[in-house]
Amino acid sequence: MMLKQVFRKPQKWSVFREMLFREIEDLGLKSLGIIAFISFFVGGVVAIQTALNVDSPFIPKYLIGFATKRSMILEFAPTFMCVILAGKVGSYISSSIGTMRVTEQIDALEVMGINSLNYLVLPKVIATLFFYPLLILLAMFLGIAGGFAAGTLTDLFFSEDYIYGIQLDFDPYFIKYALTKTLVFAFVIATIPAYHGYYVKGGSLEVGRASTQAVVWTSVVIILLNYFLTQMLLG
Amino acid sequence: MIEVKDLYKEFNGTSVLKGVSTTFEKGKTNMIIGQSGSGKTVFLKCLLGLHTPESGIISFDGRNHTELNIKQRRQLRKEIGMVFQGGALYDSLTVEENVMFPLKMFSDTSKSEMLDRVNTVLKRVNLVDANNKFPAEISGGMQKRVAIARAIVMNPKYLFCDEPNSGLDPNTATVIDNLIQEITKEYQIITVINSHDMNSVMEIGEKIIFLKNGVKAWEGTNQEIFKTENEAIVNFVYSSNLFRKVREAHLNENK
Repeated sequence: MMLKQVFRKPQKWSVFREMLFREIEDLGLKSLGIIAFISFFVGGVVAIQTALNVDSPFIPKYLIGFATKRSMILEFAPTFMCVILAGKVGSYISSSIGTMRVTEQIDALEVMGINSLNYLVLPKVIATLFFYPLLILLAMFLGIAGGFAAGTLTDLFFSEDYIYGIQLDFDPYFIKYALTKTLVFAFVIATIPAYHGYYVKGGSLEVGRASTQAVVWTSVVIILLNYFLTQMLLG
Repeated sequence: MIEVKDLYKEFNGTSVLKGVSTTFEKGKTNMIIGQSGSGKTVFLKCLLGLHTPESGIISFDGRNHTELNIKQRRQLRKEIGMVFQGGALYDSLTVEENVMFPLKMFSDTSKSEMLDRVNTVLKRVNLVDANNKFPAEISGGMQKRVAIARAIVMNPKYLFCDEPNSGLDPNTATVIDNLIQEITKEYQIITVINSHDMNSVMEIGEKIIFLKNGVKAWEGTNQEIFKTENEAIVNFVYSSNLFRKVREAHLNENK
């Protein structure tokens, strides 16, 4: 029912375009810093952990780069970063829409004859679907770069081995798989918190509760979908 | 004219409105009064189409609200201006953007024409030099004026106000009351105000509807309220010492 209202034609394209750019900034650009920071250091930690656990002389050192690349592309960038975005962006979406609900701003939209779900939620869905794949590609790149930086700084492995490892057995399908997951998760990140915010009843306490519930449910759905999508796409 | 016939509304089996019927005429300030929980807000929300009644007719100049399809209902809503209790201004938009919002959504005029219209209505509500301020940066009284400006910017035929004076000092409340009444006369619109403020009711209430437990218990003008013997409204209005004394003085004057 909610999605049927969300995916109607926008009432005015110029207003929709304006809202879309605002959402790209709020939900995407403003998350660049945290995503860049976390992915760089997670990449570094993955590389260090792998290096410390690979102590057998029979295991080549280029496997560190290979493992870092695979873990960043397959899991850390699309899933881990989307769970982080579920926390950051999900709470923002549900609390901002929830506050609009309890302060009658959504009623004001409805009284004016505006489809409030379409006006508020559609730009968020399009913004996340458009921007999060770019954000996740950046996270993959920075994660792998983080692994390289960690190796260079700690002398746990040679940079040549690492570079050889990240070039080894590159399969473009894994990028497709990661971006498919990202698109599904982006949709979840925009819609579940919007649902919790839109249908909130009460005051500020309920908005806070809805925000917490939104983050929990979004994370749970992402983790479950991750399992099923991995089975479907890689199994 | 807005005509309401036998309006019934219930929530989870509890009747909130029990057969309310009345009419609201053009160019008049109509007020709905009653104790908390009497069904005033539900009644107003039914008129606005935010609640769907169980039965009854709400007719806006012959258009039965409950029988309209979504498109016709959206069209009707463009003719409605609403001033919410808390203003319901969009926090992320400036005063100017808030007032311009309905124009941007529904008119195809140029930005300069929209700006002219915004400045005209802001001047009409005596709010100048606040165009670029955000709602959080202006006082409660100014927020109400912005809400009124936004409600009238599309030249509505119907204006609804939910507790327009709540949280305002008596002086500002009088200014807002007078503004609403002036706008009602000037634009010849149908104004329906939901209020607790007896001062407003006495000042501008040309037609007053008193709701008690979801039933229309009394209907009349602000002059008739002094003379009525209806126990329900007398107990409600004259629960305050001040109004009891005003009534006694009024009755003595007219003896």
